[in-house]
Amino acid sequence: MGSRLLDDLEKLLGKERVLYKTEDLLLYEYDGSVEVARPDYVVFPTSTAEVVETVRLAARHHVPLLGRGAGTGLSGGALAREGGIVTSFARMNRILQIDVENERARVQPGVVNLDLSLAVRHAGLHFAPDPSSQKACTIGGNVSENSGGPHTLAYGVTTNHVLALEVVLPNGDVVNLGSAAVDPPGYDLTGVFVGSEGTFGLVTEITVRLTRLPEMVKTLLAVYDLVDDATQTVAEITARGITPAACEMMDGWTIRAVEEYVHAGFPLDAAAVLLIDVDGLSEVVDAEAQAVAEVCQLHHARSVRLARDDAERDLLWKGRKNAFGAAGRVSPSYYTQDGVIPRTKLPATLRQIGEISRKYNLAIGNVFHAGDGNLHPIILFDERNKQQFRDAVSAADEIIEFCIAAGGSITGEHGVGMEKDRLMPLLFSEADLDLMKRVRAVFNPTGLLNPGKIFPTSKGCGEIYVRPQPAQAVPSP
Amino acid sequence: MSMAAALSESLGTIVGSGQIFTHSEHLRGYLVNGKAPKAVVRPGSDLEVAEIVRWAAMERLTLLPTGARTKRAMNVPTAAFDVALDMVRFDRVVAYDADDLTLSVETGVPLSRLAAVLAEHRQFLPLAVPFMNRATVGGTIASGVDSPLRQFYGTPRDYVLGMEFVTGDGRVVKSGGRVVKNVSGYDLHKLMIGSFGSLGVITKVNFRTFPMAVSIGALIAFFDSVSEAAAMRHQIAQSPLRPLTLEILSPEACELLFRDRAAGVESGPRLMDTPSKARWALLVSFAGSGRVLERYERDLKALASAGTSALLDERTTSAVLARIREFCPIALESSPGAVILRLSVLAGEIAQALDGLALSAAKQKLPWAAMARGVGVIYLALLPTAYDGEVRSRVSRAIDDMFEAFQPRGRSVTIAWCAEEWTGAISLRKTTRNDLEWMRKIKQAFDPTRVFAPDPLGAWV
Repeated sequence: MGSRLLDDLEKLLGKERVLYKTEDLLLYEYDGSVEVARPDYVVFPTSTAEVVETVRLAARHHVPLLGRGAGTGLSGGALAREGGIVTSFARMNRILQIDVENERARVQPGVVNLDLSLAVRHAGLHFAPDPSSQKACTIGGNVSENSGGPHTLAYGVTTNHVLALEVVLPNGDVVNLGSAAVDPPGYDLTGVFVGSEGTFGLVTEITVRLTRLPEMVKTLLAVYDLVDDATQTVAEITARGITPAACEMMDGWTIRAVEEYVHAGFPLDAAAVLLIDVDGLSEVVDAEAQAVAEVCQLHHARSVRLARDDAERDLLWKGRKNAFGAAGRVSPSYYTQDGVIPRTKLPATLRQIGEISRKYNLAIGNVFHAGDGNLHPIILFDERNKQQFRDAVSAADEIIEFCIAAGGSITGEHGVGMEKDRLMPLLFSEADLDLMKRVRAVFNPTGLLNPGKIFPTSKGCGEIYVRPQPAQAVPSP
Repeated sequence: MSMAAALSESLGTIVGSGQIFTHSEHLRGYLVNGKAPKAVVRPGSDLEVAEIVRWAAMERLTLLPTGARTKRAMNVPTAAFDVALDMVRFDRVVAYDADDLTLSVETGVPLSRLAAVLAEHRQFLPLAVPFMNRATVGGTIASGVDSPLRQFYGTPRDYVLGMEFVTGDGRVVKSGGRVVKNVSGYDLHKLMIGSFGSLGVITKVNFRTFPMAVSIGALIAFFDSVSEAAAMRHQIAQSPLRPLTLEILSPEACELLFRDRAAGVESGPRLMDTPSKARWALLVSFAGSGRVLERYERDLKALASAGTSALLDERTTSAVLARIREFCPIALESSPGAVILRLSVLAGEIAQALDGLALSAAKQKLPWAAMARGVGVIYLALLPTAYDGEVRSRVSRAIDDMFEAFQPRGRSVTIAWCAEEWTGAISLRKTTRNDLEWMRKIKQAFDPTRVFAPDPLGAWV
């Protein structure tokens, strides 16, 4: 059976576009998460028609199938949990159409996020969702995970920018969802497809909205001696109805890790910094920058300064976007959460994370999208120390439980995947999950497309789900 | 036992007898497309809704949730329904965390009352929708009506954070959450927006709220042709300006909206001191502090140089926006046989599309008025001065023409609102879309026993 499938795949795509040897598959065991799962085959279609044929082959041979972009995902969405065929979109990476007048682009799923923004920059446009991995991650992956990023605070996440999709369903049907024009009649199938973590179908074309670049951007760096003052600042910026383009926080531990790595100019002795972008019309930016600075000072910022020029702004942001890579350099292993809380609960939540850190005697770095209330605590541990590993898992659980109790969510932008599936019942009832499964079954009735994701699996229950992450430089979320 | 008595008895055990109405006088207020329900029931909790749904499924009766019933002239599914679920008792603001700018509200709450609650914290929802003074949260979300404020704020798809609803198998289900960023589970609530009660009974909606603007202003510019107005829209889109609203209005739409006294809502502001005869208008509003408003005024004045233009003060701006918001109700009231089509196009296609629509209307000698939103949504109202068999066939031909012109090019035309007389009289064309089969399967997943209104796909294609 296996060799017949291989024959069929090779006949379809040619030997050079089918991987099956163990050494070739190793790279595809991983994504940006702590999970590992090896596929049996990796294939590289170059057209929708080839994707259709691949899907049909998988169905005929009754093997699992899933899509994969750049493999930067942070929840195991693109890992073959139950083996089978990984369909890599690496060779479907063309920008098919740029419509400057109507601010639209049509792309293949393998187009790298930042490449699209660079391609439309000459027209004063960009693709707004900007995950920190944007130099590597693909728009197909962004669609599957409904990815966020620092600037989604003002601009919205991926779903707010996706208008239409061409998808290949597990039965081989090619379906067009949505339209380049707004408000296509009927149920919002595009809306429910985005963020379905590759469990409904394989996305082969994406029509996105492009966004005009702002006239002016100012970046503020506020430095604090107390974490509490920084979180109070964010809560008050929100409460005053100021919406910066981005509002990121890094605590002292993260600052020091970042400085050692990037030399961005963050003060080494600070307890926390806020990195805040305001953008828009120059008149708006001036007023907002002043309002933000006032709130920072009110909450005892040691200093508030504006980035002098683009070079300094780029450097500060480079520091922020490489925070996770920096963490990897410092600690043997780390584990990251993606909880969300109401912004009013930021100060209490950060205090709680401090408590948990002390309780388990584990260092926990904090670098996150503060303006969205989207936390990314980095729990550091040594994988060789079994007790420390177990403690890291317990600490992560306690943080997530606190987020849920505060009215929040288990994931803000990384996705559920195979990492948080066991947490879903904490948030959703059996009826909620049952309806989600029924909707999955509309598109994916056999469940062979990306199996073992989102929904708790019986075998996953009680299993230790965190595996040590070898220190490596990965882009931060 | 009579049908009414039987219904009363069964429903009475669920909601109590005081919440059931079967008198014909009462039922007349719930007519949809000329058909009255057999009973009206007012559930008081999601568990009661779930129980009613299970009961109706067993009895093979169909349910239609209702709010303020302002959208009965929308082209909703035409099949008869047995029981109206009046959501009036779902009237609580469940949670409002003003400092987090998030809100959780039951669906029977009127938008106007909600606006007052939010205004206490200088916040609001960008839902400036038709029949604003009466419409409820539930009807607004379930019908998917749009708001001129979408130019800046997007649509509920962008700011509804989560929902609770009861599905056709009588289960209370939630999707999404109450935080502003969340990717846990599928975004099922997006399917509920604009589903016209065909997938479930929405009981609660969680929103992200927005801070109110310090002040607002607007500019209205008049042009000799639609292409000049569309050119100005394009220039604004290419500028760094980010207006609150942007609409292009046909000469007849200006007349309808801004003449001294129009029916229904508060009387229109006088904008016609500026040259008015047969000129297209572009109305653009903006928000911000004094310096920001000055910038908008300066830049927009310069962009409007091809026509004549006037700046509007804050009070006039509010009044004008209220009229824009009520375009569909005002158009419906102005004609005995009004039909309002809604067409989605790319922004760059607005002028061409309006030309095409105008031609189809003119060919049939039908008066018409059009309002095009800057995002590419066009409302075209056919406004015959009489309603008889002859007019009816002309309207039908005009609509056929319009469908033929746009549908093959992948642009969707729908009949958004129409006078009751038209019910069932307008033949709809087949679409070229290939996702309808999947929509039907979604309907099946949410409502396996078809206890809710049939999927409105007929009205959508």
